Amino acid sequence: MAAAELRWQQDPQGRTQLCVSGHWTLATRKPDLHTVFAAFAGQDAELPVRVTVAAWDSSLLALLRRLQCLAAERQLQLRWLELPEGVERLLQMGSTHPIQPAGSGQRRGGPLTRLGLVVMSTLASLATAATFLGEICLALLNLLRGRARLRAGDFWLALQQCGPGALPIVALIATLVGLILAFVGAAQLEAFGAQLYIANMVAIGMTREMGALMTAVIMAGRTGAAYAAELGSMQANEEIDALKTFGFPPLEFLVLPRLLALLVAMPLLCAFADALGILGGFVIGAGLFDISATQYLNQSLEMLSLTDFLLGIFKSLVFAVLIGLIGCHYGLACGRNAQAVGQATTRAVVSIIVALVVSDALITLICTQLGI
Amino acid sequence: MSDAVLIAENLSAGYGKRVIQRDLNFRIARGEVFVIMGGSGCGKSTLLRHLIGLQAPLAGRMLFNGEDFWAQPEARRAALQQEFGVLYQNGALWGSMTLRENICLPLETYRPNLDRAELDELAALKLALVGLGGCDELYPAELSGGMRKRAALARALALDPQVLFFDEPSAGLDPISSMALDELILQLRDSLGSSIVLVTHELPSIFAVADTCLFLDGQAGTQLALGPPDELLAHGPEAVRRFLGRSPHPAKEAP
Repeated sequence: MAAAELRWQQDPQGRTQLCVSGHWTLATRKPDLHTVFAAFAGQDAELPVRVTVAAWDSSLLALLRRLQCLAAERQLQLRWLELPEGVERLLQMGSTHPIQPAGSGQRRGGPLTRLGLVVMSTLASLATAATFLGEICLALLNLLRGRARLRAGDFWLALQQCGPGALPIVALIATLVGLILAFVGAAQLEAFGAQLYIANMVAIGMTREMGALMTAVIMAGRTGAAYAAELGSMQANEEIDALKTFGFPPLEFLVLPRLLALLVAMPLLCAFADALGILGGFVIGAGLFDISATQYLNQSLEMLSLTDFLLGIFKSLVFAVLIGLIGCHYGLACGRNAQAVGQATTRAVVSIIVALVVSDALITLICTQLGI
Repeated sequence: MSDAVLIAENLSAGYGKRVIQRDLNFRIARGEVFVIMGGSGCGKSTLLRHLIGLQAPLAGRMLFNGEDFWAQPEARRAALQQEFGVLYQNGALWGSMTLRENICLPLETYRPNLDRAELDELAALKLALVGLGGCDELYPAELSGGMRKRAALARALALDPQVLFFDEPSAGLDPISSMALDELILQLRDSLGSSIVLVTHELPSIFAVADTCLFLDGQAGTQLALGPPDELLAHGPEAVRRFLGRSPHPAKEAP
């Protein structure tokens, strides 16, 4: 393929003109306009340009636009001696007054402006979250009064998804956590010949803490993310606007069934996780260490207390509220494009996990102070 | 016709085993504006998916510059697809990228000889051509619906395609924006010489831009008419005349 050429030439009257020739396409290597233009020594206020190319595409247009800029910088007037058909029209189209989007002028400022914007946006997020909480309370009040507008089918579907649907993964993780607790404990207790206390550690650890927390972490990734993505997609597809238009409050119609389903499923899943965690510990204690099955079970039953179990269940209820509310909040506050849905989901999961750990720490602290 | 850029021969359009349109035969000449029209669900968008290389037709051939497109190996098809520019119904701009990045991505991938400055210049040029000069660093979410369509058109122009496909370009636009987009389509056709394939049922657009119209009949499952819109309005089959003769003003509808 012939190369792209750009050179200065003298016309019969001795005036300098710029000649563009050869193949000016995206695929060809092109001479540098700045280098060529630097060699221009003409004194006239006008620069004649002759474009006689064998093939061209938008690279020629890009060159000519750049040439127009360079000429304007040197206060030179370009005069087209010859141009391929259509090029002049395209140059005109490219130089017409552009449309500017509304608000595009107020863009990034200095560090102080950016800090101010961050603070404003944080305050706005807090205000939105507070409004959401208030509206949820009103929706719950309406539910208690029997006036909430929601479909029973939605509740059962959500319950199926966050209850039985989560059993396999909860079973796997809870068993493994019980197993790990037993291993970690055995390594220390064996040194004192106190392997039997593995049973104590697993039973208390699972019922008070790990059963509820691990179930909540699983549900954060599984259900919290799903809620944010589901509601976010509905927001992007204007389904939520459609609900509002028909007078269905989205919080009652979409959030309440999901929240209630989690409130029902989480304690049950937590109890299930407690049992499987203890089973995991039993496999290690009775299988690998010198403890008989009867001894292990007796020791576990002796250590299990209703207080510890109920404390775990209470935590799971708190976690259910956090997962449901945060997941749905981020979904409803989502923007209207695919990227926003992804961001909403990520933020929801991260916020839920932070909220879980903080609330767990607070509950543990309070329980310790109260001697529970 | 030797200047045909795209030819459909006995093409059957559909999904899986379900044939929606069969025995489609048409030619799209270089520099021609070709409109595919018909009622909702008649298979316009499905046909477009076959034409832009997203999905193989169920039967028949599609010749692009004389090459049987769907008989080519995948690598060759990908190379041929670089000659297609597509404006999707919702623009389909990549939301995580600025307009400049949206345009530069195909250029960086398929024209590795271009350096950064050239890429940026080309992106600025394409945006200026569609009236969005200076919007290079904006994200799609910062634009209005009409501007998003223009930006998507700039991206469709990125590789200087031989054929430009438009899927319902006027959808969601007000009549003024829609008219401006029609003018832009004609200007680009006249200046770049690209062939343009338009899927639409907007009558003002059809009469403003179409050289040839293909009317798909959803019930019969095949093409009902092919020809210039004025000719179809005067002498086409009754269903086509009814379709093209609709008045946008109900009070002025013929009795």
